[in-house]
Amino acid sequence: MVPLQWYLILSAVLFCVGLYGVLARRNAIAILMGVELMLNAVNVNLLAFWRYREPASAVGQVFAAFVYLVAAAEVAVGLALVVAVWRTRATVVVDDVDQLRG
Amino acid sequence: MSILNLAWLIPLFPFLAFVTIALFAHRNRALSHQITIGGIAIAFVLSQVVFWAAVLIPVDGGEHLFESTAIRWLPAGHEVLSLGVWVDPATVVMLFMVPLVCMMIFIYSVGYMNFGTPQIDPRYSRFFAYMSLFATGMLGMVVFNNLVAFFLFWEIMGTCSYLLIGFWYEKESAFRAGLKAFLVTKLGDLFLMVGLVMLYAEVGSLAYRDVFAPETLHHLAETPFLGTPLSMAAVISLLIFGGTVGKSAQFPLHVWLPDAMEGPTPVSALIHAATMVSAGVFLVVRTFPLLTAVDGGVQMTVVAVIGAFTAIFSSVIAVAQNDIKRVLAFSTISQLGYMVAALGIGAYVAGAFHLITHAFFKALLFLGSGSVIHGMEHGHHHAHEHGGHHEEHGHEEFNPNDMMNMGGLGRRMPRTFWTFLAGGLALSGFPLITAGFWSKDEILAQAYETAPWVFWILAVAAGITAFYTMRQICMTFLGQPRTAAARHAPESVPSMTVPLIILAVFAVGLGWAGIPEHFPVIGGLIPNWFHHFMGSAIGAAHTAEHAAEAVGHAAEAVAGFVWQPLAMGLAFALGGLGLGWLVYGWRPMGADDPDRVQAAMSRVGLGWLHTAMRNRFYFDELYHWVFVRGSIWLAGVFDAFDYGQAEGRHGVVDGMVNLAGRVGRILSQVADWIDTHIVDALVDLAGRAGRAGSEATNVFDLKVVDGAVDGVGSVIRAGGQALRPIQTGRVQNYLLLASAMVLALVATFFVMILLLQIW
Repeated sequence: MVPLQWYLILSAVLFCVGLYGVLARRNAIAILMGVELMLNAVNVNLLAFWRYREPASAVGQVFAAFVYLVAAAEVAVGLALVVAVWRTRATVVVDDVDQLRG
Repeated sequence: MSILNLAWLIPLFPFLAFVTIALFAHRNRALSHQITIGGIAIAFVLSQVVFWAAVLIPVDGGEHLFESTAIRWLPAGHEVLSLGVWVDPATVVMLFMVPLVCMMIFIYSVGYMNFGTPQIDPRYSRFFAYMSLFATGMLGMVVFNNLVAFFLFWEIMGTCSYLLIGFWYEKESAFRAGLKAFLVTKLGDLFLMVGLVMLYAEVGSLAYRDVFAPETLHHLAETPFLGTPLSMAAVISLLIFGGTVGKSAQFPLHVWLPDAMEGPTPVSALIHAATMVSAGVFLVVRTFPLLTAVDGGVQMTVVAVIGAFTAIFSSVIAVAQNDIKRVLAFSTISQLGYMVAALGIGAYVAGAFHLITHAFFKALLFLGSGSVIHGMEHGHHHAHEHGGHHEEHGHEEFNPNDMMNMGGLGRRMPRTFWTFLAGGLALSGFPLITAGFWSKDEILAQAYETAPWVFWILAVAAGITAFYTMRQICMTFLGQPRTAAARHAPESVPSMTVPLIILAVFAVGLGWAGIPEHFPVIGGLIPNWFHHFMGSAIGAAHTAEHAAEAVGHAAEAVAGFVWQPLAMGLAFALGGLGLGWLVYGWRPMGADDPDRVQAAMSRVGLGWLHTAMRNRFYFDELYHWVFVRGSIWLAGVFDAFDYGQAEGRHGVVDGMVNLAGRVGRILSQVADWIDTHIVDALVDLAGRAGRAGSEATNVFDLKVVDGAVDGVGSVIRAGGQALRPIQTGRVQNYLLLASAMVLALVATFFVMILLLQIW
């Protein structure tokens, strides 16, 4: 069987890729995708721990399913925001959307 | 038996093709389509191996069923969903049809995407990747052994249909059609999902072996649904049938399928023949034991009514369509209605047989129409390049799909013509030599015995089908060219015509697998192989006795040869074809003639009916007004509730706020009067006294207190100025800061642990 650490490493790598995407990409949609990657990394983590530590209970899966739901809602809101920004300012580059600067 | 384990691998190769193209080969066009065809070719070979292995096993009861050992697939708490392959006759005949038709369509696609288009599509590779995924969906749905996997692959197909119908998403109409197909079929899927959840709640498993076990079906048939006279089995099978209504475009969810013509033509062929809509009918075939678990239940009647109504309703619409692909789309809906009605009256074998033969000839017809459309586009370009007939259509929008623009293409495109003719005759059930005749005849014969009203509806629908098919053939291929484009249309390239020829062979020859044994003269020559093979599925020990009874009943009906349904079927098919030829073929239409049926109908005062038929009885408009506009209206109501004032409208919240404001204003006016006349006098007095005292404190105030207050203010202001650069308004800066802080915290944590250990 694959040792638990491998899953955790995969999860960490996935998380870092997602984090890099969120911090470095300028396109709002790419940033959302990065956020999704990070959430999925969390899910991998959750499921790995569930499988190796508490396989008898369904709670890990339920939690992961919950994360999916929240992620779906988050994407719906996020994309709606991107569309709204696109309609008002004709850009999806987040650097151009800085009206809240001090 | 172990050779049937190969069924595991069948969906794998198209899927690998999809993954490979998506990840590695998307820059190389030729490689993309080679991978796609290679993937389906391997699946085809494996399917053939499984097919012949399954067929060659002796026919005695139960032997045809094969279930592999299952793997643990989805452990969830104490439940484990397992996954295995399930090869029964229904699977096997689908495995014969699906990869073969898919492969023909894929080969054709290569020609279609390269030939006749001014420039090659930039999303060429993506197209082939999606097609592969579509085939994966269908094959996976067919081979696996439980309804969860079925649903999963079913949804993969739903996604692919969205992606491929809206493939040319720059076109507004294509994008909308994709969305429409997705949403409408999702509505059906919702019912399917609820049905599956109920089934799981009741049975505790969704594997076919458990669900279709006789005792389970008996239990479901006996359990009442929430105290109503309906049984659980009836309710669940009706909910599952909801999925079929969506996927197979049965009334009232038929509206998506004609719009799905916006996709590239190979996609239409794939959706209409080999995959998507067949999946819906296959679902009924699959859950047939559940459907028949209750004798004479209401669910069978519902299925039969919906099927029969859809069959006649959409065939009437097809008569008034001028778009070559739309005629075929409505004909597909109508033929699916046929199959569903057949299943609804218990004609399991006949319905499945029609599903297979229809897949071949409908794929053939769609690919043929694609070839025609390509020829027309080519001819149009050609005519324009060489000057000449500009004035005929000028630069107005040229529609290569419009049959009014065609005519006489039979001489220009002989191979397309002859194969299309074979497909068209099969569709109209031309006697003896076409596959469509045998499958339709079987449905009609069983309907005649079990449900005469279904028989009459289907027979009339068959007549109309023959009529519009002949109309289509005459308008497209016979007579004189009606436009310059039709005059210059060239024959398509071999990679398009060879699949047509192969499919035509099957559209004609496949019927020989299912000739009833009691058919006059030729009946005994070839055994009714399909009936034996397919029928044995229901006879098998694993299915309900009711289903066996229902099918046995229907089978008895055809045991003795009855000539009436055959004669009626023949009369309607030949009558329809003959009438079609008389109206459209005998004296071909000229360039600017109106449609013959339209002219005739307006002469007898039925012009409005023809308009309604042409507009698909206004169902799209109805749904648009009720559901789309309804949603927008509801959103508008909520909008008004929130922002009444925004554009001069007075919303509810704002109204309330304004009312409160007015009340407050009146109160304050009263208070004002009291204030100025009574309170002021008192206050003035007190004021003078206070003034004297305050002048004394003023000095202290200015020097000491103000100094302190100003000091606080300027400190805060200076702090704000200092922090201002951090507040850039750029999300990513904040995120960077946040993650840096998290890292710092984690680092601190580790350092502290380290220190603790050392200490």
